[in-house]
Amino acid sequence: MADLYTQIQDEIAKYPDRRSAILPALRHAQEHYGWLSPEALEAVADGLELSPAHCLAVASFYDMFFLQPVGDHVVEVCTNLSCALVGSDKVLRAFEQELGVVAPGTSADGKVTLRRVECLGGCGWGPVVSVDEDYQEHFKTEDIAPLISELRATPRPSESHA
Amino acid sequence: MPEGPTFAQPDASALLLPFAGSRREIAEYEANGGYASLRKAVGMTSEQLVDEMIASNLRGRGGAGFPAGKKASFLAGGAERYLVINGDESEPGTFKDREIILRNPHMLIEGVLIYLWMIRGTAAYIYIRGEYAKEASILEGAIAQAREKGYLGSPLLGTDYVPQVYVHRGAGAYICGEETALLSSLNGERGQPTAKPPFPAVSGAFKKPTLLNNVETVATVPLIVEMGGASYAGVGTEQSTGTKMFSLSGHVRNPGNYEMPLSATYRDLIEGKGGGMPEGRTLKGFVPGGSSMPILMPNQLDTGLAFEAVVAAGSMAGSGGVIVVDDRTCMVRFALRTAEFYMHESCGKCTPCREGTRWITELLRKLEAGLGREEEIDLLLDICNRVEGNCLCVLGDACAMPVRSHINNFRSEFDEHVRLGRCPCPDDAPMTELYPPLMRAPLPLVTI
Repeated sequence: MADLYTQIQDEIAKYPDRRSAILPALRHAQEHYGWLSPEALEAVADGLELSPAHCLAVASFYDMFFLQPVGDHVVEVCTNLSCALVGSDKVLRAFEQELGVVAPGTSADGKVTLRRVECLGGCGWGPVVSVDEDYQEHFKTEDIAPLISELRATPRPSESHA
Repeated sequence: MPEGPTFAQPDASALLLPFAGSRREIAEYEANGGYASLRKAVGMTSEQLVDEMIASNLRGRGGAGFPAGKKASFLAGGAERYLVINGDESEPGTFKDREIILRNPHMLIEGVLIYLWMIRGTAAYIYIRGEYAKEASILEGAIAQAREKGYLGSPLLGTDYVPQVYVHRGAGAYICGEETALLSSLNGERGQPTAKPPFPAVSGAFKKPTLLNNVETVATVPLIVEMGGASYAGVGTEQSTGTKMFSLSGHVRNPGNYEMPLSATYRDLIEGKGGGMPEGRTLKGFVPGGSSMPILMPNQLDTGLAFEAVVAAGSMAGSGGVIVVDDRTCMVRFALRTAEFYMHESCGKCTPCREGTRWITELLRKLEAGLGREEEIDLLLDICNRVEGNCLCVLGDACAMPVRSHINNFRSEFDEHVRLGRCPCPDDAPMTELYPPLMRAPLPLVTI
């Protein structure tokens, strides 16, 4: 994996103002550290020459940044209207039973974090489940057990969609 | 294994995506006439291009329907000017921009390049919602291919103009689809809306004059250049020209994205393309343009898809996200799920939205839990009226308008929840769970 500081400088080069690189910088830091720990936010602040407080203020605004540790894999179930009308509540409930957690929560083995999320933009192909930022559409409750056993056997993804 | 997205077959009226499947490779795109519009556009002046846009009467496809040519003509002058493409598609029920990117990313890139040439923009930033990771990487790939072919990053087709295009990923915030919030986010701040003026055309990305357009709007531009603005305006209605992508979801046999001429009707979309209701169900209503819009009733199926037709029917065409609701659906739950979303996504900057969306959600939760009182239904309507029109941006309206329409159109269902002290719907009705709000700490039920 490339050095975080270098990655941040490469992002800064895309904008006339370095502040604009904060979302990509936070994303890279989250990939390096697993979540946006105080240490990760310090690294972003260093790379951007901004204060850690500003980085935290920005990070806390967005749903995709984790300000607490998460499992090796993140499973997100859309329960907004279109998915809910075609059964996403049952999918989320079944995930909760399979993992033994109530969303938002992480399985006891630390492998999988389950979250309920708002509309993912797959409304006609629901229920939509996002697994480590990869959409799985037309999701059925019987897809859960094989998915979870696969995730339990797979290490944390190091880079998303590189 | 779950399947991926399923793309509908286009019919003969399709202009934007008149083919089945996808054309992601630049060679395939060029073999089908791709980048010919860019060549044609480079032979035209900025004024000629703006005139074609105005002649096409293309209305913005993001939700507001503002004429795109007029918007382009507002852009202030200056040495540094930016183009920003709004790909934050987050309005529940809307997934059309995603299909455009998945199936024909170069159509968007070509549109971006024509727009850039038209305004001689310093650079373009495609702001794509963070969750669209795959779509962002498809766009990065398309940009790399276009760069290799010399369409960007080097002097454009024999001119001395060098276009630059970047993908900027969001990080999960509905409000960043609102233009001033998107620009705050792009400028490295929390994604909160700002007061206008200054308008983006004067001070936007990096505080420079900025033209901001939706993905579908920009992707339509190569077609307008190819056809000519006047021919494009011959499709659709006089006030709503051309074809538009509609996202169909909910209780319908064949959900998906459908490209429709704007002269067609919701019946053509829901019954014609969508195949109507699933076996044994009847239509209760349909949300015409994303979850923020007032619901329309079964007797309004013949309403036109055109912007002006939907307004005349008492709602708005919005983003084109059509959510179909069947007779088994509890409208209190439907309203609650709608309101919860806007509460979660309120940026918290202005009071009517921050407080109003929360109180609307809390009262609906109470009602659905069987703890509501008759006067609280009127209180809900009162809060909706106080929120609408009183917020910094339209997010407050986006919560108030649909909730009020659900209460007014289905008042007896709301009353029934109070009378029985429970939800009257059967156990297998859609939306089985009464979730706590999506906050870090669940709120207790409040007593007023």
